[in-house]
Amino acid sequence: MNEEEIKKFSETENLSEQAVSSREEILSSAEADAERAESDYSIGNEVSEGEKPLDKNVKLMSPFRMVMRRFFRSKLSIAGIVMIVSLFAFCWLGPLVYHQWGEIETDYGGAISYSDYVIKGDDGKDFIQVVVEDKGINALAGLSADHILGTDEQGMDIFTRLMYGGRLSLTISFLAVFLTSALGIIMGGLAGYYGGVVDNVIMRICDVLICLPTLPLMLIIGTVLDSNGVDSAYYIYLLMGLLSIFSWPGMARLVRGQILFLREQEYMVAAEAMGYSTARKIFKHLIPNILPQILVSMTLSLGSMILYESTLSYLNLGVRIPYASWGTMVEVISRRSDILQNNFNVWGAPGFCIIIAVLGFNFIGDGLRDALDPKQRR
Amino acid sequence: MFKYIVKRILISILILLGVSLILYVLLRFMPTDFIKTRIIALNQTGATVNDEFIQQMYKTYGLDGSVIEGYFKWLFNALRGDFGKSFINQRDVVKEIFDPDKMGTSFFVAAVATVFEFLIAIPLGITAATHQYSIRDYVVTIFVLIGISLPSFFFGQLLKDVFANKLHWFPVSGMKDAGIHYDNGLEAFIDYARHMFLPILTVVILSIGGRMRMTRTNMLEVLNSDYIRTARAKGLKERTVIYKHAFRNTMIPVVTGLAGLIPSLFSGAMITESVFDLTGLGKFALNAMTQGDIPVIMTYNMFLAFLSVMGVLLADLMYAVVDPRVKLA
Repeated sequence: MNEEEIKKFSETENLSEQAVSSREEILSSAEADAERAESDYSIGNEVSEGEKPLDKNVKLMSPFRMVMRRFFRSKLSIAGIVMIVSLFAFCWLGPLVYHQWGEIETDYGGAISYSDYVIKGDDGKDFIQVVVEDKGINALAGLSADHILGTDEQGMDIFTRLMYGGRLSLTISFLAVFLTSALGIIMGGLAGYYGGVVDNVIMRICDVLICLPTLPLMLIIGTVLDSNGVDSAYYIYLLMGLLSIFSWPGMARLVRGQILFLREQEYMVAAEAMGYSTARKIFKHLIPNILPQILVSMTLSLGSMILYESTLSYLNLGVRIPYASWGTMVEVISRRSDILQNNFNVWGAPGFCIIIAVLGFNFIGDGLRDALDPKQRR
Repeated sequence: MFKYIVKRILISILILLGVSLILYVLLRFMPTDFIKTRIIALNQTGATVNDEFIQQMYKTYGLDGSVIEGYFKWLFNALRGDFGKSFINQRDVVKEIFDPDKMGTSFFVAAVATVFEFLIAIPLGITAATHQYSIRDYVVTIFVLIGISLPSFFFGQLLKDVFANKLHWFPVSGMKDAGIHYDNGLEAFIDYARHMFLPILTVVILSIGGRMRMTRTNMLEVLNSDYIRTARAKGLKERTVIYKHAFRNTMIPVVTGLAGLIPSLFSGAMITESVFDLTGLGKFALNAMTQGDIPVIMTYNMFLAFLSVMGVLLADLMYAVVDPRVKLA
């Protein structure tokens, strides 16, 4: 047997479990489809009942296609995809269309306002004091054609800042999730594969990191970075990078648990017999088998990373004004209760953007989990 | 069993040592340390500060010497039960943290919220599972997922704006109405409850989602198992099948999850407490962290770490108690 064949062999082995459930599924759904005659894969619909042989009724689907089918059957996952895609379009394509204002451009077109007070003079006569205020900055403007969503307290256009803030929030959460997952997969893979001392050490590190309360930790790290004079444009990237260093244990535990199970499977014995390198066994034969779980966990943590980033920004430890992120844009209400009460456009819009983004990722993650779960019969 | 517990406790001690080391080292790297802030404040009042005085201050606060030295000093004192005094107000840290006003408030909010969370989330999870893929399932799922996706600061402020500022149904913030005199305990309690309503609502809505999804997944798994099919096959009522046969097994992870809740009961919700201006532990800790009050931060975080280590251990033990199939080794 050459190497190619063995590989094929081992892959068939490793899919065998999935294959069983998929065959069941194809059969059961084929029956259902024959009744409803709405399928895109059963080809026996024209053939009259009773005549058609079973194998003609069944067209094999790749596991990937099956997952996609199940995924798109759920309305929630489609809603999630629509939400995320439109947010991405809004953030990245939006500024190309709506470019009257820049991200940190202040509108100096503020009107001149008058206010008059009646003041009693020393001689008993009233006189009127007129205060002419040249606002200069068009701050907290309402909704208008000039500013679709008005301006914030510094006279910057909210609609524009939503787009740029979204770019930052989404980019950061993706980067953080990739970093966290990469660390988690490597550490979990090593722990699960080698077992013994390596496993023990890595898992104890995990325990320690899990016991560190995240928000207090980020507050401390944020203050440390803050006073070390990290440039405000890169500050949040560094902070979220550090957050990743402390938040990989969840992923590592998931990967380790799965690998402990998988490495006892026959196809791994075959891989062992072929004398593959350890890296190849881990990253080519084990990790792809855990990919579904990893994918689900990554999608769900995208949402929580956005929440973290915005919470940190809300606590003044994230993205700094004048730069925008959704959390920074909401932050103003923790200082100014007048804005909280009177200018909903200032803080409501970014808040809803956060919700839409997190909800979108949660919908997709939820749909993926249902679609990728081999135990699901549907 | 006994051996297992001893082993786990030993590991827990190791974990706590690791946590304290990381925290202490990080804290000492905080350059906005308390002394500098003090000295800046002194400078502003016009006092002259010489080097000797500064060194003296570092010594009084135990911040002279290297980080490692400081850590072992802290550890040694902590093991004797001396967690130091708060830099800010010079009070004993342990007394400050376990102050009934602070921890009581946080515990009250968390405990009431947890009760409501379970009361709402578990029935929702069960209906969603028994009516899988129905309209009901979708509606419940959408609502709880929205709950998970809400940023606490935004949702808290939104509730505050709508129900306190605009509708005046609830007080805006604080623990009790200013300058109010209560005739009896009931009035005092009602006033307290009115102030606690919005914070608790915030916490409940944010946390229902996770619990409900967990219940739903467990219930679905149980409903797919063979013994449920048997129960149905022998003609039991659907009610009996779900609430008597399936429900009990669904509860296993929920009951063991109770132990994991211990830290969140005492930690205080930092963001929610500061949004509604409650004098809870979370807000106290947040304040200490922004000011670099090392003894408070260390003690608070070690307390949390201790609770979560104990929570995990208890959860594992509960698992063995609740589910006789589980053997601890």
